[in-house]
Amino acid sequence: MLKGVSLDLKPRELMHIRGPNGTGKTTLLRVICGLLRPEQGRVAWFGESIASVRAEYQSALAYASHEPALKADLTPLENLRFMVGLKRRVTLPELRQSLERTGVAACADLPVRVLSAGQRRRVVMARVLAVRATLWLLDEPFTNLDSAGSDLLSALLAEHVNDGGLALVVAHHDLQLAAAVRRLELSE
Amino acid sequence: MWTWFYRLASPPYVYRVAALWIPWFLTAAAITIGCGLIDGLGFAPPDYQQGDAFRIIYVHVPSAWMSEFTYACMAVAGAIGLIWRIKMGHAVAAAAAPIGASFTLAALVTGSLWGRPMWGTYWAWDPRLTTELILLFLYVGVMSLRSAFEDPARGDRAAALLSVVGVVNLPIIHYSVVWWNSLHQGATVAKLGKPDIELSMLWPLLSMMLGFMCFYAAVLCIRLRGEILDRERQATWVREAVKS
Amino acid sequence: MKVGAWQAMTLVVRRELCLSFRRPEQLLQPLVFFLIVTTLFPLGLSLQLSALRDMAPGVLWVAALLSSLLSLDSLFKSDADDGTLEQLALSGQGLTVIVIAKTLAHWLVSGAALVLVSPLVATALGIPPEAFATMLLSLGLGTLTLSWLGAIGAGLTVGLRRGNVLLSLIVLPLAMPLLIFGAGATDHAVSGTSAAGALYFLAALCVFTCTLAPFAATAALRITLD
Repeated sequence: MLKGVSLDLKPRELMHIRGPNGTGKTTLLRVICGLLRPEQGRVAWFGESIASVRAEYQSALAYASHEPALKADLTPLENLRFMVGLKRRVTLPELRQSLERTGVAACADLPVRVLSAGQRRRVVMARVLAVRATLWLLDEPFTNLDSAGSDLLSALLAEHVNDGGLALVVAHHDLQLAAAVRRLELSE
Repeated sequence: MWTWFYRLASPPYVYRVAALWIPWFLTAAAITIGCGLIDGLGFAPPDYQQGDAFRIIYVHVPSAWMSEFTYACMAVAGAIGLIWRIKMGHAVAAAAAPIGASFTLAALVTGSLWGRPMWGTYWAWDPRLTTELILLFLYVGVMSLRSAFEDPARGDRAAALLSVVGVVNLPIIHYSVVWWNSLHQGATVAKLGKPDIELSMLWPLLSMMLGFMCFYAAVLCIRLRGEILDRERQATWVREAVKS
Repeated sequence: MKVGAWQAMTLVVRRELCLSFRRPEQLLQPLVFFLIVTTLFPLGLSLQLSALRDMAPGVLWVAALLSSLLSLDSLFKSDADDGTLEQLALSGQGLTVIVIAKTLAHWLVSGAALVLVSPLVATALGIPPEAFATMLLSLGLGTLTLSWLGAIGAGLTVGLRRGNVLLSLIVLPLAMPLLIFGAGATDHAVSGTSAAGALYFLAALCVFTCTLAPFAATAALRITLD
């Protein structure tokens, strides 16, 4: 499906991937994560193939898929604890802070099942923040967010990139950002 | 030698070469099976315990042996496909699976037919028959798993992993069944073992084993060619081969 | 600060237990199934305890096997469905660590629970209390081995429609040695002879499976995730 894609991302850069449906935007993101093996070509992190530095690479990245990957029976706080806790040692107050940053501190102790789609998206944002990753890989992160939420996400992205992070964002609309945005258009 | 190995991974090469081997294997199979049957059914003396009924070993034992051998082949081929990502391995495994299942069925049916004069029933929980039955379940599992996946490549890999797990378990299963059988077996029921083999009984058996092996090789080549065509149907060489 | 493998395993086990206890009905269902299946046998065969006693080890084991199979489907399915399995695969901990933790947690809530309930069922089938020690030990080893065999099967069939039927089809033939030795050991204990041989073999099977199955189950999951 994906053919002839080549990209190179440096710190303080944000790449916006766009294209019509079915052109492989999600697939590209998953290949970069390491979830899919490319039949040809390779993915390298600071020069090393990601297969050889797997643990290090995975600790440095945060991937948010199109579906919010949250356990419906657990609370946002518990979800964060179990997901972020595998990547780095966190304390509960730290996690609550991340949830506050993204505006869902009030429902931190409710099961995710009762949250709205927008609130779940904010919980995912909190997770991405809490992991403190260098590389953000976000697939349609603006879905279900209201205008306040979209502004917040744009601000967080700008902050992340300005602090030296890298980000790859798949979004089908324009990104209004203060930071420099590079574009990658995928076509049939 | 290594270049020959590499060539074996190439579908068009195997497709061509297998076609050449088939008539040789079939002829060899026909000759050895023919001799074996004539000798075993006509010339070998009847067993002093079982009379003429023992002659079914000439079909039963080779079938059972081939069923286990084929499972091992399938597992090895699958492992090659899985570890070194050689697609030919998966093609061989997919081609071999139904052949092995058929051998298992043949072993079960002939074993059951042998049971009738031996024990008076068509089925008894004899260790060999029970192991063959479990082997049949393992084959069915592998074949079902392969066909359950929409993505055939994923189905191949899953089936390969399962057949490797199965082949590791096979000795364990065999030993457990023998142990279980020795616990519960009444003294009156005899085992479906080979009668005391003297040479005149042995030759036809060896001939039949060889014949079954050649037959398996021939059928494998035939099925393998079909599998190759199916898997490589997008390739240009296939379109040309089918046209001619 | 990097999280070590042991800490990660503990965290995942805690996660699984947390999730399981949020839905206590789902924990109880396999146990109830276990009780129901063992009730079927006396109803279908005989109500004389003396007659049941002969069949009891086998009946108990078959029921335990079938009940364990029921809960195996959920080992990876729920995580695969909501996308959290991918996140676990990307956690930096290595998929094998995750798989070990999940399978152990699964055994704790299903297999271990079965073992605890088994004396009740055993009494109902006429197994004398003297045989309980052997029975509990054999069931403990057997359910652990079965959880691992099931992990391989679950890894292969997660994401397939009607995967649970195929799961049983795959796992049961591999579990037959377990049944033979487990029921055999209990049978020996009931009739008063030494069950040591069967128990040693069961333990060997358990160790063998626990050593190799994690890698097979991880490979199976990778085939599905890839």
